[in-house]
Amino acid sequence: MVLSLVQPLVYFLTLGFGFNALFQQAGRGSYIQFVVPGVVAQTILFTSIFWGVNIMWDKQFGFLKETLVAPVSRLKVMLGGSLGGATIAVIQGCVLFLIALAFGFHPYSWTMLLLTLVVMGMLAVTMVSFSGGIGSIVNDMQAFMAITNFLVIPLFFLSSALFPLEGVPKVMKAIAYANPLTYAVDAMRASLVNQSHFSLTTDLSVMLGTMLLLFYFSIYRFKRIQA
Amino acid sequence: MQEIISVKDVTKKFKEVVAVDNISFDVNAGEIFAFLGPNGAGKSTTIKMLTTLLWPTAGSLFLSGHDVMKEQDAARKIFGIVFQDPSLDDELTAYENLELHAVLYGVDKKTMRQRIEELMTLVELWDRKDSRVKTFSGGMKRRLEIARGLLHHPKILFLDEPTLGLDAQTRKLLWNYVKKLNESEGMTIFFTTHYLEEAEAIADRIAIIDHGKIVASGTSEELKEQTNTNTLEEAYLSLTGKTVRDESVDSGDNMKAAMRRVIASRTRR
Repeated sequence: MVLSLVQPLVYFLTLGFGFNALFQQAGRGSYIQFVVPGVVAQTILFTSIFWGVNIMWDKQFGFLKETLVAPVSRLKVMLGGSLGGATIAVIQGCVLFLIALAFGFHPYSWTMLLLTLVVMGMLAVTMVSFSGGIGSIVNDMQAFMAITNFLVIPLFFLSSALFPLEGVPKVMKAIAYANPLTYAVDAMRASLVNQSHFSLTTDLSVMLGTMLLLFYFSIYRFKRIQA
Repeated sequence: MQEIISVKDVTKKFKEVVAVDNISFDVNAGEIFAFLGPNGAGKSTTIKMLTTLLWPTAGSLFLSGHDVMKEQDAARKIFGIVFQDPSLDDELTAYENLELHAVLYGVDKKTMRQRIEELMTLVELWDRKDSRVKTFSGGMKRRLEIARGLLHHPKILFLDEPTLGLDAQTRKLLWNYVKKLNESEGMTIFFTTHYLEEAEAIADRIAIIDHGKIVASGTSEELKEQTNTNTLEEAYLSLTGKTVRDESVDSGDNMKAAMRRVIASRTRR
């Protein structure tokens, strides 16, 4: 749990302090303020994407069979499991947020933090569901890692987590627009530092849509597990 | 008598390999039913289909009148199962594993505590109840799993080679307890085993499956009569032949399998 915080922390410290001066010279204000929402989103993303490993693991070690034959609907099993996974991811995000506070980050409004928490929760449920669906399909660690890495790295770098969308090449912008993570980061940024590219309504509706879609995906695949 | 398990024209294919080939049979309520067959004959596949873990390619299965494909949750309430391979959570303690099972099956707290103690004492694990399962030996895990399968007193109990790897003492304990449950609660028992003397001693009826087909069924007496033999083992061998089977059904490796069989039969002589 501590280990999975190291990567976002390195991003935050190096990028945050490294680019801060440059960013300010360009007249965009503090890069630390800008990047913290992105790095908190990254923490949640990188934690929750691995949750599906649990399903795959239980499947391989046989324990899942015990759950699968029990008279409890698979919807409930998946719901319980993914909410648990999402909670852990949100806690990780909060820990990173607290560290950022210690390093001089300051949210523009303390009451808006409640909205941040909602956004974090939605992002976590979305990614945990996605991960759970993948974990239900594949049967070995290599395949799981290949799929998640293949998706998670571009998802992160091609969102607006690290750079503002204003002034990037058109292609990159188009990709970022198609990337659901962009909207999560944007909502996070809106609630934390009152900067955003889209409106909050757009952000939240895209997030809600993605979340429901991926949750359906995970249930659909989980119900189809044959052991 | 009323049938509680009903299998109708069930076929299961894994890609091209036919694991279960159009089988039909019924088990009556309160019966002890043994399902015998060589490795890879389709025993476990049949149990997995009956317990909603696998979907049949064709045919239908009923538990107490519930179609296991269409009414999965209703069907799942009816049975308990002891799997052939381990399905415990290694990170939990023995007691926690049973507790989790009781919660999943909605056993009330008081009954739960009472039964967990009773069952863990029976399988001689009560003094280890707070040890994590990963510290257990294979035989201990097996015993714990059996205790777990019995915990919610299901109407039907599936036992997939429950006595594999157990010593004679524990086997005896287990069968006595199962027999007691069968008599006192009218629990239907459906089990597979490679120990034919167990089947002969405890089963009311026996079905023998080979190459995915049921080749014979009836009481142990009837099977002996049919094959004109004196023991169930002789009857079994005369029905299924004496060649050694591979554990996994693997059509692409016919050549290798045939060679292994030849080698196996030679080393036995």
